[in-house]
Amino acid sequence: MAEIQIKGVAKHFGSYQALHSIDLAISDQEFMVLLGASGCGKTTLLRIIAGLESPSKGEVWIGGKRIDHLPPRERGIAMVFQNYAVFPHLTVFENIAFGLRMQKLDNKAVTERVERNAELMHIAPLLQRYSGQLSGGQRQRVAVARALAMEPDVILMDEPLSNLDALLRLEMRAELKGVLAQSRTTTIYVTHDQVEAMSLADRIAVMHEGHMVQTANPTEVYHDPATHFVGSFIGNPPMNFLRAQALGNGQWQVAGKSFTGPAQQTGSLAFAIRPENLEPAADGIPVSVRVVEPLGPHVLVTCTVDDNHLFRAVLDSRTTVKAGDQLHLNPQPESIRWFDTATGMAVSARNKQ
Amino acid sequence: MNTTRPLQYSRRSRWIFWTSVLLLCAWVLLPIYLLVVNTLSSPEAVTQFPKRFVPEMDLTSLEFFASFSGITKAMVNSILVASVTMVLSILIGAPAGYALSRFDFRGKETFRVLILMTRAFPLPLLALPLAVMFIRSGLDDSIFGLALVHTMLAMPFAILITFSLFSGIPIELEEAAWTLGCSRFQAFRKVVLPLILPGIAASAIFAFVISWNEVFAAAVLTIEHRTLPAFLLQSLDVSPMHLKFAGGFVLVLPALIFIFMVRKYLFAMWGIANR
Repeated sequence: MAEIQIKGVAKHFGSYQALHSIDLAISDQEFMVLLGASGCGKTTLLRIIAGLESPSKGEVWIGGKRIDHLPPRERGIAMVFQNYAVFPHLTVFENIAFGLRMQKLDNKAVTERVERNAELMHIAPLLQRYSGQLSGGQRQRVAVARALAMEPDVILMDEPLSNLDALLRLEMRAELKGVLAQSRTTTIYVTHDQVEAMSLADRIAVMHEGHMVQTANPTEVYHDPATHFVGSFIGNPPMNFLRAQALGNGQWQVAGKSFTGPAQQTGSLAFAIRPENLEPAADGIPVSVRVVEPLGPHVLVTCTVDDNHLFRAVLDSRTTVKAGDQLHLNPQPESIRWFDTATGMAVSARNKQ
Repeated sequence: MNTTRPLQYSRRSRWIFWTSVLLLCAWVLLPIYLLVVNTLSSPEAVTQFPKRFVPEMDLTSLEFFASFSGITKAMVNSILVASVTMVLSILIGAPAGYALSRFDFRGKETFRVLILMTRAFPLPLLALPLAVMFIRSGLDDSIFGLALVHTMLAMPFAILITFSLFSGIPIELEEAAWTLGCSRFQAFRKVVLPLILPGIAASAIFAFVISWNEVFAAAVLTIEHRTLPAFLLQSLDVSPMHLKFAGGFVLVLPALIFIFMVRKYLFAMWGIANR
């Protein structure tokens, strides 16, 4: 069992607070993705779990054991680095065997494990090569095989696919998911790529400026973002936000139309809708079309509301709109979300007090 | 008019560039060439003018030089002092270079400048107090004492070369080794050391050459145990011309060969030191 508990972990570098009291629980065999823009603290958190950085405050537990005072080698972890970190003076075989030799495994066991993991990552024919003779994708495979061969309790991955080209990234992503599910190892995966996060994760932990803003499964993070930031960060194109004015009695005026929203009377709210949850309708929100981008399966229409608020819609590919058109777009009522403009927190429309 | 101007300009700058290259090469190579020619000429030919372009390959001067009493002993002393210097400057310099490249500490930049400053301090100014101190502590006229002074001279280079070597090795390689079961020391031995060994060897050779070439401290601090440069300074002063050339040749040749061998790493060092 290798569940991970992070309790109140904070980190500052001088006067800069990189992490603000992070709490996170990851269950055994779970694939957890830490997602956030660069500089949000996700890599720092990963390095604290790995023991490459020490927390200024807080505790890290793996498998019911507190490990934040232990050096990396005693934590039962293996790590895959962004720039692969394949040892250039060793062959692929010796790279994968490196950790096993440190564990003093006998030669037969080492060979057996190296070959099995090389097979798994499709690098068996490369075992006698050096890192300089490998492509980026192959190096990445070596790095993953080296981590898997350790048979660790936890695998930590720091943006492992970000240095690969787009096509290779897609291929490796699917492969990683298969291999890691098979190995049944608890995995923490850091990325800034929301598509990668959505496709790999059992659960996504979204981080923003050193705070953990939402931890949930990908569907929930996508459909019910906990904050304004999550809604604008996840999804491509991102969520649309419009200012809402209280009409009282749970009614809110948005771009000249009235919608049923949270019952609260005070504060100001933002109305939010995902671009794909809009459809043309005669009684919808009036928008002026600025740019039309046919993307194959659908059309991305960039419009403005009230002449200055950007508003995007993903419409059926047979829709015939062109720049300059006036359009009325109707949001699907069940997909409308509300956020407090002061705190950025989501406000439930169903929670009528 | 306007279209020809850049062409003319570039032609002129190319001309200046190649002239400077030629001048600099001549400045370095001409004395060495004359040294070689005169060493390999017969004693009579040395004083003649004009010179033959290809010397007659007469080894009389070198043979005489080799049989000169005290030469062998001075050479052994030189090699001993240079070897001790080499070992000491790497033993002290490499950890300093590692610390500079891997750790952030207060005054790091100042420390780096100070390392270079030790080279700016004139040795003649230090010579007298150093000599007095050496005599008091019994280090004078000893191999080890002289090696200590040479280590001081070679260390800045050892530190700067190893600093640039360590900086060239991504920290992730070490971190990967830590996560794969290595302690800090094991990671250094199994990952960093194999990667920088050629560079360490180069930096050691450079320390050797610095000690081999150093004459001032050697002349001041030793009497019986003279190194080759100090010995030559003392005895060649009163020797005939062809012997001076032979002495110079024996002194310059190893240094030239060694520096040529490690030139790649010296460029790396200056790339870092000039930043």
